[in-house]
Amino acid sequence: MLTLEGISTGYGPVQVLYDLSLEARPGEVLCLLGRNGAGKTTTLRAIMGLLPLNSGRISLDGETLSNLPAHEVPKRGIGYVPQGRRLFTEMTVAENIEVGLMTRRKGAETRERVLTMFPRLRERLTQRAETLSGGEQQMLTTARALCLEPSVLLLDEPTEGLQPSMIQLIRETVETLRAEGKAMILVEQRIDAVLSIADRVTFIENGHARETVPVETLRSDRTLLEKYVGV
Amino acid sequence: MEFGPHLLLATLEGAVGAAVLALTALGLSLVFGVMRVVNVAHGEFYMLGAVLAWVVATAVGGHPALGFVAALLIAPVVAAIIAAIADLTVLKRVDYDPEATIVATIGLLYIMQQAALMWYGPEARAVEPPFNHRLAIPWFEWGENGFEMYYPWGLSTTSYKLFVIAAALLILAGFLALMTKTKIGLVMRATQLDRDTATTFGIPVERVYALVFGLGAGLAALAAVLIVPITQAHYLMGHDPLLLSFIVVIISGLGSVRGTLVAALLIGMSDGIISVFFSPTLAKILATLLVALVLVFRPQGLYGKKPA
Ligand SMILES: Nc1ncnc2c1ncn2[C@@H]1O[C@H](COP(=O)(O)OP(=O)(O)O)[C@@H](O)[C@H]1O
Ligand SMILES: [Mg+2]
Repeated sequence: MLTLEGISTGYGPVQVLYDLSLEARPGEVLCLLGRNGAGKTTTLRAIMGLLPLNSGRISLDGETLSNLPAHEVPKRGIGYVPQGRRLFTEMTVAENIEVGLMTRRKGAETRERVLTMFPRLRERLTQRAETLSGGEQQMLTTARALCLEPSVLLLDEPTEGLQPSMIQLIRETVETLRAEGKAMILVEQRIDAVLSIADRVTFIENGHARETVPVETLRSDRTLLEKYVGV
Repeated sequence: MEFGPHLLLATLEGAVGAAVLALTALGLSLVFGVMRVVNVAHGEFYMLGAVLAWVVATAVGGHPALGFVAALLIAPVVAAIIAAIADLTVLKRVDYDPEATIVATIGLLYIMQQAALMWYGPEARAVEPPFNHRLAIPWFEWGENGFEMYYPWGLSTTSYKLFVIAAALLILAGFLALMTKTKIGLVMRATQLDRDTATTFGIPVERVYALVFGLGAGLAALAAVLIVPITQAHYLMGHDPLLLSFIVVIISGLGSVRGTLVAALLIGMSDGIISVFFSPTLAKILATLLVALVLVFRPQGLYGKKPA
């Protein structure tokens, strides 16, 4: 279980997150909902150790992550699918996957399993990442994160700008990973997607985690959705 | 003066310069590409390589080849270690801030120059080449007996100069293989392309930086070890390679290996050829003019990408 206990952080002198707490449990999808600029991406970056904390603690199964150097965090088994994909654009598909495999010294077996999940990537191994279509790029950024064999996966708006068929594929992938027992934090803007895939939802507003509720609550009562995301 | 044979000679001289310049400029370009650090002290690592080559060769003694090989192995490694230490103790401390690193490397430049003056002295000293056969330059002509080969009087090069060209090509091939075929090359490229994302895949960016800074300095030192049997080691010898490397890097565009090699060939060859036929000053003037033209008409460099 990944736990954030009262973290405060930001960019240099600008504080963005205030005393934010949440937890991601194995076999569960936690969705972060909130308006643009609320601090969802910042929360994920803080988990990855990219932002020094002013206060609070981040831990995975009891081990404190927030005092490790940033490059040690993924080695504990946290895979990150950043917003905007952030592929190594000038590298080939194979090289992007290799970077993922190197993180936790995974080998051919992991590579094989990941490529089986995304067969389109196998056909394009020697192609440069920047020449892939949007959907293929999203597959690659997900595949790269899965090369860590992570126990926790952070996905930041993975369906942004994708066609319906691709959105469906991402969704099926998330369901498969949940069935495998991975803990997932998913940032997603489309409410219907959140309602159908989340187990719990945390509302983030101006850098505060306001409320965390089981998804059933939102299906029957939309007042929280109206309050925090205005729909 | 016959034109053909002289052009061949000038081309060979230019190729020696281009070979050494390619190695030096590649080091500067690598450091800027990966770390976004403008290393003003780059020429001093070149000087350090030459001075260390003399120190090592003198200490070893015996046949010149022994001293040269020892210098080739030891000098670049020592220069790389000193650079990596400078990175960890200075550049890392200023958090690789672009302006602070320029000031810091200017400081490094003077420290290294003064240290060389104190310990090595103001003399220019030569390292003996491992071998140095005089090779007459052949030329061809249609004579009375048809096609003939002859050796124009007074035109020659040396076996060592040809060796410098070959060695530089070999080192460049090795460098390209390191960058494209090995894990450490993959790690350096990932860091260059996206530092934060590299971190989220377990890449220790600061250690990569120390490695890259060392590798860049090592390339400059290696180039200097190759050239010092031809030129001589002197504590102020770092200026020209720094200037020419900057010219190459600006013309090629930053961070492109292919561009750096093409621009080094262009600048090195034209420097050699123009120096032989006209004057070295004219060569520098034209190179600087080319930089001005590139900056005006194609600021991202010939091979650089337009900023997004
Ligand atoms: N690199 C940055 N430097 C300074 N402020 C930033 C940076 N990135 C994001 N912010 C600010 O942090 C706040 C939260 O941003 P973000 O976490 O990206 O929001 P979200 O992902 O919820 O849309 C915003 O006010 C944004 O302007
Ligand atoms: Mg965001």
